[in-house]
Amino acid sequence: MNLLETVNPVAATGLFSYAWLMIAIPALGATVLLLAGRASDAWGHIVATLAPIISFVIGLVLFVQMLGRPVDQRAVSVPMWDLIPSGAWDIRVGLLVDQLSIVFVLLVTGVGSLIHIYSIGYMAHDPRRRRFFAYLNLFITAMLTLVLANNYLVLFIGWEGVGLASYLLIGFWQDRNSAAVAAKKAFVVNRVGDLGLTMAIFTMLAQFGSSSFIDVNNNAAHLSHGWATLLGFLLLLAACGKSAQVPLQSWLLDAMEGPTPVSALIHAATMVTAGVYLVVRSHAIYEQTAAATLGVAIVGTVTLLFGAWIGTAKDDIKKVLAGSTMSQIGYMMLAAGLGPIGAAFAIFHLLSHGFFKANMFLGAGSVMHGMNDDVNMRHYGALRKMMPATFLTFAMGYLAIIGFPFTAGYYSKDQIIEAAFTKSFTLGLLAMLGAAVTAFYMTRLMMMTFVGQKRWLDGVQPHESPAVMTIPLWILGVASLVAGLVMNNWIGGWLAPPTGAQVDNVGLFHVTATGLITMALVAVGIFLGWWFFRADVPSTAPVSRNPFTVAGRHDLYGDAFNEAVFMRPGQALVAGVDVLDVKVVDGSVMNSAGIVGGTSALLRRVQNGYVRSYALTMVFGTILVGVVLILGQIG
Amino acid sequence: MTSSLLQSLEVTAPKLEYSLLAPLIIVLTGACIGVLLEAFVPRHRRRDVQTIIAGLSMLAALLSVAFTWAKGTRQVAALGSVVIDGPTLAAWSGLLVFGGMALVLFAERRVGAGQSSFTPMAAAMPGTPLERRASLARTEHTEIYPLLLLAVFGMMLFAGSGDLLTMFVALEIFSLPLYLLSGLARRRRLLSQEAALKYFLLGALSSALFLYGAALLYGYSGSFYFSDIDKAISVGQQSTGMLVAGLGLVTIGLLFKIGAVPFHSWTPDVYTGAPTPVTGFMAVCTKLAAVVALLRVLYAGLGALRWDWQPLIAVIAVLTMLVGAIVAISQSDIKRMLAYSSIAHAGFLLTAVAGASTSGNGLGAAQVGSTGAILFYMAAYGFANIGAFGLVMLVRTAGGEATTLSSWRGLGRKHPLFAATMTLFLLSFAGIPLTGGFVGKLLVFGAAWRGGYAWLVAVAVLASIIAAFFYLRLVVLMYFHEADDEEVVVARPGIQTILVLALAAVATLVLGLYSGPFVKVLTEASGFLR
Repeated sequence: MNLLETVNPVAATGLFSYAWLMIAIPALGATVLLLAGRASDAWGHIVATLAPIISFVIGLVLFVQMLGRPVDQRAVSVPMWDLIPSGAWDIRVGLLVDQLSIVFVLLVTGVGSLIHIYSIGYMAHDPRRRRFFAYLNLFITAMLTLVLANNYLVLFIGWEGVGLASYLLIGFWQDRNSAAVAAKKAFVVNRVGDLGLTMAIFTMLAQFGSSSFIDVNNNAAHLSHGWATLLGFLLLLAACGKSAQVPLQSWLLDAMEGPTPVSALIHAATMVTAGVYLVVRSHAIYEQTAAATLGVAIVGTVTLLFGAWIGTAKDDIKKVLAGSTMSQIGYMMLAAGLGPIGAAFAIFHLLSHGFFKANMFLGAGSVMHGMNDDVNMRHYGALRKMMPATFLTFAMGYLAIIGFPFTAGYYSKDQIIEAAFTKSFTLGLLAMLGAAVTAFYMTRLMMMTFVGQKRWLDGVQPHESPAVMTIPLWILGVASLVAGLVMNNWIGGWLAPPTGAQVDNVGLFHVTATGLITMALVAVGIFLGWWFFRADVPSTAPVSRNPFTVAGRHDLYGDAFNEAVFMRPGQALVAGVDVLDVKVVDGSVMNSAGIVGGTSALLRRVQNGYVRSYALTMVFGTILVGVVLILGQIG
Repeated sequence: MTSSLLQSLEVTAPKLEYSLLAPLIIVLTGACIGVLLEAFVPRHRRRDVQTIIAGLSMLAALLSVAFTWAKGTRQVAALGSVVIDGPTLAAWSGLLVFGGMALVLFAERRVGAGQSSFTPMAAAMPGTPLERRASLARTEHTEIYPLLLLAVFGMMLFAGSGDLLTMFVALEIFSLPLYLLSGLARRRRLLSQEAALKYFLLGALSSALFLYGAALLYGYSGSFYFSDIDKAISVGQQSTGMLVAGLGLVTIGLLFKIGAVPFHSWTPDVYTGAPTPVTGFMAVCTKLAAVVALLRVLYAGLGALRWDWQPLIAVIAVLTMLVGAIVAISQSDIKRMLAYSSIAHAGFLLTAVAGASTSGNGLGAAQVGSTGAILFYMAAYGFANIGAFGLVMLVRTAGGEATTLSSWRGLGRKHPLFAATMTLFLLSFAGIPLTGGFVGKLLVFGAAWRGGYAWLVAVAVLASIIAAFFYLRLVVLMYFHEADDEEVVVARPGIQTILVLALAAVATLVLGLYSGPFVKVLTEASGFLR
């Protein structure tokens, strides 16, 4: 099925040999800020902001060089060193700069740089700002390690690194109990996914003797069907954890406890999309297993509806956006689960989502900044006049996410829906429904925040944010509008070698029946959103008996589900294991430990402090040596 | 070539390869200058002058080693008495680096409120007014620095000697300063002096055995040179009785220095009694020099007798690993625990010696053989050990170092950085991945496995598990217990000591994470010359 054989990367030359600098520079930034301590309070944020910018420039130069190369020389491997000298297994550290990783580098460092700049303003009054920037740099380091790794083991190091950075940043305001709990929850839920990834890596090492992308891709065809399916599902489990896909979605909504730039960078634009990257990177394995591929598509479809549903019911602006993030990543997973016809669109949507969602999160942060950190949209209203820049840039993101013609989302999302229809009518229909719901909840958000009556709390004086915050908004806003136009005819061909994508480029003005129907449904969503929220909105959420609303407000009972399905049986299991441990394992361990300890006490007596008996021991030792040697001579 | 020289009666002035021997000469000269300075420099200036002389001579020697290493010269020098080959150069670099780190620990005074770990006046009887006066006058024995240099010189010669006689002389050159240094502890002086005496007596016994063995090997082959002994064995016209007896006795002499069971009895007492910096120095440098010497004797000199000594070393390795690991469990003093830990590590090293996985023995060019594995293991072990003993120096009460394990309770909460660094070293000892100790164990066990000693690897893994228990128990003590002795403090050392500890910690991590290049370099340096 894989017509485009995997291209083996060429050896790194010139600047490509220094690709590791992109990772090293933010790592240095984080180290300096964390080690220098308060001494760097005054200038730490500047250093930290420069780091991703430098990495971005390096990434950009590499990208331009790559553009100038013939297709079969674009993927470049940068070997680094042997991690562990281990006979048969290939456990090496190395980087792979190819068409897929370079677009991720540009996204991570580009959006990352903007968010660093934005944070200078957003965190200006926080006494722990330096620490915040150190963690942001740590995140950039880990995320670049994740996407630049040339094998799953190094990818896993980055994977855990972003998890750590995410944990530290969600719980950044550690004095708030809710933040501490949310950080812990994110960490624990992610462990479940990480288990999938570690098991997948063990399986790869056992099956291929290597975890490098090249070896895995080249040998995947020789995998037995059972192993391929197992690998596919293990990788899917990993992706679900990191990308907040059903059933491991519950942590993402709570993760909004972190500072808003964190939500924009980590929990919208980059880290949460790592699961999609993983699945696309592992396309060769999914080509061997229809079952796991279908699993990916189903998970994606369920999540895209699930997230959209939550988005319609929340009043907290960040949670609406979080639900929306889940939903949009659902689209990407769906695309990734469609196989070669969808892989490129998954990344395409990932990139445009990176722009418009980061833009809207930062916009939400700007709104919160002007509203004394209130997140409840019922306390907003009529902000478009007070915050014109925020409103305009937010509107650009809004147009992009609902798929307004010629914006980024229009190209990326509609092509996913069309591809879904070619695979399965049901999947396509559900994806189309998701688009309509998206339009509804995003219109609702716009109406409640920027339009309508003032519902501000006493003492709140909304004001526009400083330029250091609005300039990143403008850049991201414009990118949300034009990214689709720029990339549409290019991305499919560009990504074909590393993702196995097979794409017929469609023109910018290509119109299909599916596209028209989708647009009509989106228009209905917008109309409903306007209709319901055109009038006054109550300042406190009305009690609702509508089961859909109630379920949505409770995150579709994700936590209750976790509690019933995982936590309580988990606790019972732990209790059982504990009994087993105390009664059986400890018994045998303690007995053997007792024997060792007894021997130890006995042997210790030989060490009696008398030099004469030590000398005697040596003489006995000499006799022992003699006996062994004589026995050797006889034998 | 050397034997013909010896046999001819014509006396010609020997030509020495000064550039190759420069490291030895520099260190010895430094030591001699140090001894001279004792007579000329005023008392209050001596410490600074001596530390600078010692530090500079080790640095210069290290540079000279690096130069020879880079130049790629590998040859027999000094009329066959010194062999400049890969293992020699690796051992010399190690000895100079670890010796330099030990020097900093020797000179550390800040933790003891201006007093070093050494006695102010060794000649004064413990507990007498004279001793108290010396202590109040803050006198110091600055002779320890020349002694350290002499010991390093002896060890370097020991690791690089090309004949049994040079090896024996070198053995005595480094042993005598060590006997002396062991007896110079500031606190618990009687214990320290007793340890020095024990070390001396047992050392004399082992030297006698070594010398007797050397004589027997001479009797068999008619030469002290390893190259001639090797030739004589391959010709093999005599009865092997003398040869095998000589092999056994020489090996015992070397095993004593390594601290292998049953020739280990001195280790716990001496490690406990000696001043902590000296313990750290002995635990690393003596072991490194002795293990390279053992490899040279067994691989270069007696390689043809492999079938005789392999089972012997395997038996000793089993005893050493098990006794070291098991007895360490019931220790209540950290220095004693680390002493048994060093015994266990000697056992792990011996597994690779027994495996004898060398290029002359069917080892592929890219594979890591016994020598390369042992050199890497010693590097990882050396950094962690110097670091661990350096940290032991910092845990104090008013009466000096607090070495009982119970005084380490709860240090993790009070001194997180200290406890984290110690944990790193302990994890490296235990062989947990991402530390140098893990890679070292992997290589050493791999070499034993390839040499056909799979059963020995099984025992070694079992011993590692037992050993992990007492390392991790200390971690548990530091992190999961409340401190019950409020008097225990972790003193802040001087900046040089902090740098040494940081170097040890970083090296432990680097050897774990970035081992590839080091393994490659040491594998390339693993060929013995005869």
